[in-house]
Amino acid sequence: MAKLNGGVGRRKILKGAGVMAGAALGSTVGAPMIWAQNNKNIVLRQFGTGVSNLNEVAEKCKADTGLTIQMTALDSDACVQRAVTQPNSYDIADIEYWMIKKIWPSKVLQPFDTKKLTYYDKIVPLFKTGKLKPDSVIAQGTAPHTVGFVEKQDATTFAKGETQWFTMVPTIYNADTLGIRPDLVGREISSWKDILDPKFKGKTSILNIPSIGIMDAAMICESAGIVKYGDKGNMTKAEIDKTIEFLIKTKKDGQFRAFWKTFDESVNLMTSGEVIIQSMWSPAVAAVRSKGVACKYQPLKEGYRSWGDGLAIAAHLKGPQLDAAYEYINWYLSGWTGAFLNRQGYYSAVLDTAKKFMSEDEWGFWMEGKPAKGDIMSPQGKVMEKAGTVRDGGSFDARMGAVACWNAVMDEDRYMVQKWNSFIAA
Amino acid sequence: MTRISRWTTYFQITPLAAIFLLFLVVPIATIVVVSFFDYTTTSIIPAFILQNYEELLLSPVTWQTYLQTVEFALITWVLTLLIGFTLAYFLAFHVRSATWQQVLFLVCTIPFWTSNVIRMISWIPFLGRNGLANMTLMKMGLIHQPLEFLLYSNFAVVLVYVHLYTLFMVVPIFNSMMRIDRSLLEASLDAGATGWQTLTNVILPLCKPGIAIGSIFVVTIVMGDFVTVRMMSGGLSASVALMMANAMSLLQYPAAAANAVVLLIVVLMIVVGMMRVVDIRKEL
Repeated sequence: MAKLNGGVGRRKILKGAGVMAGAALGSTVGAPMIWAQNNKNIVLRQFGTGVSNLNEVAEKCKADTGLTIQMTALDSDACVQRAVTQPNSYDIADIEYWMIKKIWPSKVLQPFDTKKLTYYDKIVPLFKTGKLKPDSVIAQGTAPHTVGFVEKQDATTFAKGETQWFTMVPTIYNADTLGIRPDLVGREISSWKDILDPKFKGKTSILNIPSIGIMDAAMICESAGIVKYGDKGNMTKAEIDKTIEFLIKTKKDGQFRAFWKTFDESVNLMTSGEVIIQSMWSPAVAAVRSKGVACKYQPLKEGYRSWGDGLAIAAHLKGPQLDAAYEYINWYLSGWTGAFLNRQGYYSAVLDTAKKFMSEDEWGFWMEGKPAKGDIMSPQGKVMEKAGTVRDGGSFDARMGAVACWNAVMDEDRYMVQKWNSFIAA
Repeated sequence: MTRISRWTTYFQITPLAAIFLLFLVVPIATIVVVSFFDYTTTSIIPAFILQNYEELLLSPVTWQTYLQTVEFALITWVLTLLIGFTLAYFLAFHVRSATWQQVLFLVCTIPFWTSNVIRMISWIPFLGRNGLANMTLMKMGLIHQPLEFLLYSNFAVVLVYVHLYTLFMVVPIFNSMMRIDRSLLEASLDAGATGWQTLTNVILPLCKPGIAIGSIFVVTIVMGDFVTVRMMSGGLSASVALMMANAMSLLQYPAAAANAVVLLIVVLMIVVGMMRVVDIRKEL
């Protein structure tokens, strides 16, 4: 790899210079100065889902800090695969919280020292205690705080409470629900079970990513009274059996038009009218709307299925590369990126810093559920919402406060996947 | 002629043997070995267990999926054979000028100048509920409701297979037909055979090797396909290779390897069966 050879060579020279400078200035002053100079030679390789692999972020990071971030977008399954099987092929893993439950035991990542994270104290408490407000109920599933900490730097199991060692810095998260075509459904949609309405036969879809699809299925089954779960995020074998049995029956009855696996598939299904109610991600709803097709991210009375992404660092990182990774992540939380993500309809982990980079109207629309005073622009400068609209689902507190379940990895994961495959093959 | 030394012969076959060893024998051996390994969510554990095969062969899902895949292969084979044979027959016997034969043959290959993924995906907007096919039929008053089975169905899968793979049938059959001595056809006519009798008694037997080669192409490709099934059935149908892809994406490599070994055996049996019916080497 050219970058390694070139980078190391120059770094060695600078290090040599650093020793001399350090001798003159005292090592504590010398060291950071050298790394700051060296940033322009440092490349951090990051992979992640398409959600947060944004070129704009990499460009802005380069401009602000001098660090080069190389991004690779993969689908969810491929992320887990890459993280575990090719640990030297990346420096930063941009992954979901349920993935870290699978990845962490294989020792390919190292935890963050919270003392070196500038904005640690300002991170939304959801990621530290599982509660948005002190009196909130903790949602089911792989809630981020349950996999967010380890006791020791080299521990392979997760800590029960907050510790100094943070497995992943949250960056981006959201509350997911069903997307609908309000012009075609022709009725009020208020519950997850409405996707089973015989009127929508052959016009519905759910997503075919087992660990996420099973959660949507669980929300549907629970709301329709088919299955009662102890914990949707950690089902027993019997609960999995019942859920899959019901899904197979529904599939055979022809309720589903298709199952989607990628973002663009969900957009195309909705835009073409093949499907009028389906599991969806919020930017997909925005993408459908931007084509002039009516689409609503319908809040449902049972609550949302939520997910969270974060950045984790590879176990092999050390020295200047590791410092650069901390610098990148501290920069990430310092506001510009947060505002960028909030403007796409996601949420950022540190709200205070992001607020400074957003206009009052933007903040009101995206975060407080207020009607937009002027047109709301996407980060790319296109009109996303006209003046007067209110965000589907309302404010940050209303949406993130109504999370019923987080995307999850279950103890019976292997069994669940086998059953899920039988559902797809049936 | 002097006798070549034994060592020279060995030396001459070394490059080919090395390539086969490195790129065929070693990978397949690895797959076989891994198929006996144990695995957890995140790791593969070297072991010798039969659990992967047990889980695979004792599951009704596997049998359903194999049945579905064989069904796809069979239907595709029949359709591509009929269409391919007819096309090749037209090119070989109805087009008299050699130039036109070549031109028309090239025309057949034009769709292959684009990627087959693109050729596949272009069917989706065409067949959709509000797609071109349904719109046209409705405008013509032939149907009142859009035909739902056109897209995201087994029909769509087979349609795309036939579209993508008919040429693999045309080429070898056309090749066989061009080798037929025209005087045989004259003799057949002189002996009083009808056109149909000539076709079934003379042309068809002489085309067997071409048909066999084409069949091997089509059947092996369809048996191992997963993209077409996933895209055209909208994830509603499964194929064996799709099962493997699912297992691999969840890091269940040993399970996928076991499935690969079983599929390999099934496909080999089919190919051996074809070779027993037709001696391909005769024509090569």
